[in-house]
Amino acid sequence: MSTAFTASVTGPAIPRWWDELAYHFMHLDTVVSLALIVASGVILAWLILAVSRTLCGRSDNIVTLPPVRAQGLRAFVSDTLVLTRRNLLLSRRTPQLVVAAAIMPVMFVLLFRYVFGGSIHVAGYASYVDYLIPGIIVQTALFGGSSSAVSVAEDLTKGVTDRLRSLPTHRGAILTARTLADLVRLTYTVALMILIGLLVGFRFHNDLPSILAGIGIALFFGYACSWLFALLGLVVRNVEAATLAAFVVTFPLVFAASTFTSTDTMPDWLRTFADAQPVTSVIDALRALTEGTGSAEQPMLHALAWSAGILVVAATLALRRFREV
Amino acid sequence: MTASDPIIMVEGVEKSFGSTRALAGVDLAVERGTVLGLLGRNGAGKTTLVRILATLLVPDSGRVRVAGADVVRKAQVVRSLIGFAGQSSAVDETLTGRENLQLVGRLYGLRRSQARARADETLERLSLTEAADRLVRTYSGGMRRRLDLGASLVGHPIVLLMDEPTTGLDPRTRVELWTFIEELVRQGTTVLLTTQYLEEADRLADRIAVIERGRVIAAGTPDELKQHIGGDVLEVRATSSGDVERLVGLLDGLGSGAPVADLRGQRVTLPTSERVQTLLAVARRIEECGIAVDDLGVRRPSLDDVFLNLTRQVATEPPAVGPLASSSEERLTRTHTPSQGVAR
Repeated sequence: MSTAFTASVTGPAIPRWWDELAYHFMHLDTVVSLALIVASGVILAWLILAVSRTLCGRSDNIVTLPPVRAQGLRAFVSDTLVLTRRNLLLSRRTPQLVVAAAIMPVMFVLLFRYVFGGSIHVAGYASYVDYLIPGIIVQTALFGGSSSAVSVAEDLTKGVTDRLRSLPTHRGAILTARTLADLVRLTYTVALMILIGLLVGFRFHNDLPSILAGIGIALFFGYACSWLFALLGLVVRNVEAATLAAFVVTFPLVFAASTFTSTDTMPDWLRTFADAQPVTSVIDALRALTEGTGSAEQPMLHALAWSAGILVVAATLALRRFREV
Repeated sequence: MTASDPIIMVEGVEKSFGSTRALAGVDLAVERGTVLGLLGRNGAGKTTLVRILATLLVPDSGRVRVAGADVVRKAQVVRSLIGFAGQSSAVDETLTGRENLQLVGRLYGLRRSQARARADETLERLSLTEAADRLVRTYSGGMRRRLDLGASLVGHPIVLLMDEPTTGLDPRTRVELWTFIEELVRQGTTVLLTTQYLEEADRLADRIAVIERGRVIAAGTPDELKQHIGGDVLEVRATSSGDVERLVGLLDGLGSGAPVADLRGQRVTLPTSERVQTLLAVARRIEECGIAVDDLGVRRPSLDDVFLNLTRQVATEPPAVGPLASSSEERLTRTHTPSQGVAR
């Protein structure tokens, strides 16, 4: 770990004592972050179990009739995998959608790196691009999650949802597969953003476990949000309205946050909102973990609490709504 | 359950969406291996009933059972027994026909190899084998509809639910689909389909239930329903469309039901149980009033007449009863316009 750390030390601008302090902080944070990741894994597993229990009544066989499909965790897992594959196959066969989803964040990177970046200075960051890219990653995760709204609405209007719900498919698997496929897609776009970030001068300044923990937190947040957007899609039920609604929800969250600049310069009312909302927590956690700036513990706890909260509430409401759509 | 019990039982089902009452107490029974046609206008409640049967909606009250299994409490059992084909073709455009069917097979819990075999068998049955590996995007409307029906057959359902299966299809494809459904029924599948096409119900259905404003207002075999109208139908075609309303007034009370106007066809139809008497009485009255008519005749009722008559009765009062006059003549035609009427 210490070799990874020394390898990532860059400019002479950062004094030695600060490095050591950061190292100790990060060392502690890695343990805490691993614990938190395990904890969120437990929450996720519990959620999946709860979903599979509530959504499938135990089935009784009627003697004279064809066998009734056994339900339970096995059906849930199998159906989730089959449907996730279908969802991914559909997006792989319409690559223009995947490309379109990547264009926006790429333009943001270029815009803020080369157009506005020169005049934005954030205290503690020698290079603005190191501040920018973590923000872009979380923005991408949120935008990626918002595509769930559109795909849920699309399946509803096409009648695909009706077909799936009339089959002996595990009902919890249908939305879970939707959000998992979107998670895979947003992982791709996040990876692409990191690559582009590296091309325009972004560098990680921390050890690998911390970096991975930070990216994991961003993806977990994106995944939680995709349940929120799935719920939105179930409510508005129409592709155009879902696109618009997703935009209306994501826009203030992304821009009234520490995405592109520090919240310090914002007017009080806006700063209060920006500091309190989840996107800022997630970005701060990611920045602290990838750049080694300041303590990561506090923003990490906030980010994970927000994500787990959004996940549990949105998934419960979405699955309830899904019983009758 | 025993083999003689109805395979679909609907008892006192009610369903409201907000303040809209979609179903106001529906009772139905469908025997095994038969076809029930649900006939009704848009918004009558047909789709709501089919969606309840397909476990997509939960009724507010009443009981619905498929093969003895309650659609609410034993939803998973019901889902293993039914095939559902909704109004739109719910197939994925960017998957091939085979991939679509395999997906459905897998969701029935079949193994990969079983699902593949089932998909091949279904493609064969629907003569889609040649197009199996093409993307659905390249299919014609009729092929898509067939594939959609195929998707509802992958699980070998004992009950097939179809919501307006032939809406939007060209006449030839429609007839092909009818033949296919008849074949399924011969093999023992029970079918419940909704339709707005009376011709479709007449051809396919063993029994018809007419739904209006969330209630079953009539049920029976197509022939029974035609009898219900009071035997035959008298039809008058006015020379001028302005006379249609006047004719309705004149004919009121002469037949066994209320006269029904068809303004576009400049026609008035009147149900009658005493064909000759009614015909003469109508002829006399038309002559007295001096209205010019192109055609006047008595024919066997079509389901259109039944439907129009039934839905009219719901809208207004119960029909007036009783023929008035009698004579020996059966048919009067002033001009040589061929009538669609058939003299017995």
